[in-house]
Amino acid sequence: MLRAVLIKDLAITRGERRLFSGLDLTLSAGEAAVLVGRNGAGKTSLLRALAGLLRPAEGTVAFEGADGPVEADAARAEHLHLLGHQDGLKSSRTAWEELRFQTLWTGGTEESARAAAKRFDLPRLLDLEVRRLSAGQRRRLALARLAASPRTLWLLDEPMAPLDTAQRAAFGQVMSEHLAAGGMILASVHDPLPIPTRSIAIGEAGR
Amino acid sequence: MKAFGVLLRRELSLAWGRGGGPLLALTFYACVVVLLPMASGRAPERLAAIAPGIAWLALALAALLSLERLFERDYEDGTLDLLALGPAPLEAVAVAKCLAQWLATGAPLALAAPVAALMLGADLKVMPLLVLCALIGGLAFAFLGGLGAALALGSKRGGLLVAVIVLPLFAPPVIFGAGALDGYSAGLPWTSGLLLMLAYCAGAVALSPLAMGAACRNALD
Repeated sequence: MLRAVLIKDLAITRGERRLFSGLDLTLSAGEAAVLVGRNGAGKTSLLRALAGLLRPAEGTVAFEGADGPVEADAARAEHLHLLGHQDGLKSSRTAWEELRFQTLWTGGTEESARAAAKRFDLPRLLDLEVRRLSAGQRRRLALARLAASPRTLWLLDEPMAPLDTAQRAAFGQVMSEHLAAGGMILASVHDPLPIPTRSIAIGEAGR
Repeated sequence: MKAFGVLLRRELSLAWGRGGGPLLALTFYACVVVLLPMASGRAPERLAAIAPGIAWLALALAALLSLERLFERDYEDGTLDLLALGPAPLEAVAVAKCLAQWLATGAPLALAAPVAALMLGADLKVMPLLVLCALIGGLAFAFLGGLGAALALGSKRGGLLVAVIVLPLFAPPVIFGAGALDGYSAGLPWTSGLLLMLAYCAGAVALSPLAMGAACRNALD
């Protein structure tokens, strides 16, 4: 279980271009923050850097557990979810096969996958192939793994774009519960999340 | 370990379905061994002499066929992100993928190899050795092909790159395997070829996952 994420003086460069630099951010248990900024400002890159998929040009990311620092690799293997534009769902497999795999792979169980499917109003869709799902249904399937496997830090990239109003409210409820249980959320958004958050501007302060 | 099993099962079912799975490789293999005698002229005894070698070579080519996209799809659809954030390191993920590839296409090909060799007129007595060579060689091909596929990740002409990277790596096992088969059917010492191939295969299985893991990490960055 993570207690805090500490980002110090982070800079990210893609190719020749410096996206941002000097980013300091501390996220602690129960807190949600949203990244705002124009397209291409580096919100997605920041999320990927936190997940360890992308090497920052400068600065450090540290994870704090209940008893002292947690090694970055361990934190990434056990304590965080990254949900990007590409959800990693195979269109030729059924929704249940994919949810089950994603849940087991990230440390959940079959029961928790079923429970999460219920929360996201998915049980009727589980036998369908992923290609038959609408964009909103597919996004709900991707979101279900957040609730299905217990990981503290959620890194979300435009999580709500294809969801309708009712589903946004339902997902807001899931996020609130996650925060109440000591979770953390860092999301890149254009529309505000239906939960209290603080905003962090990306790409303006530095350069 | 449990996560590895879950991943292997999924990779197996994906490999089974990917682009026709074993059927594609088997059909390609059948095409090569059916067409080759037609191109090699009217001399059945000459064909019979090189039959085990041909069956073996065609196997290497068929193994290459479905390897190109081993990592590509996962890279494109975001699955590789998810796999990178799992309990097992990317090296283990690569092992699962290559093993699944071997089980789904390498093993069926190894079973088809004696049929092909028989069709070309090879002697019955080489069949057990041919299957053994095909199984061991197939494992090496799967891991080396996976290495090529991982290195080519994200490049535009990935398929071409895979062939260029993999070809020189495929040469030693092809030579060792053919040497063993040749020696055996001619009544000469043959074990050294088989042992060399085993050693090469063991090296490939042990070392290529490290390179695949690094290549995947590099592609994600």
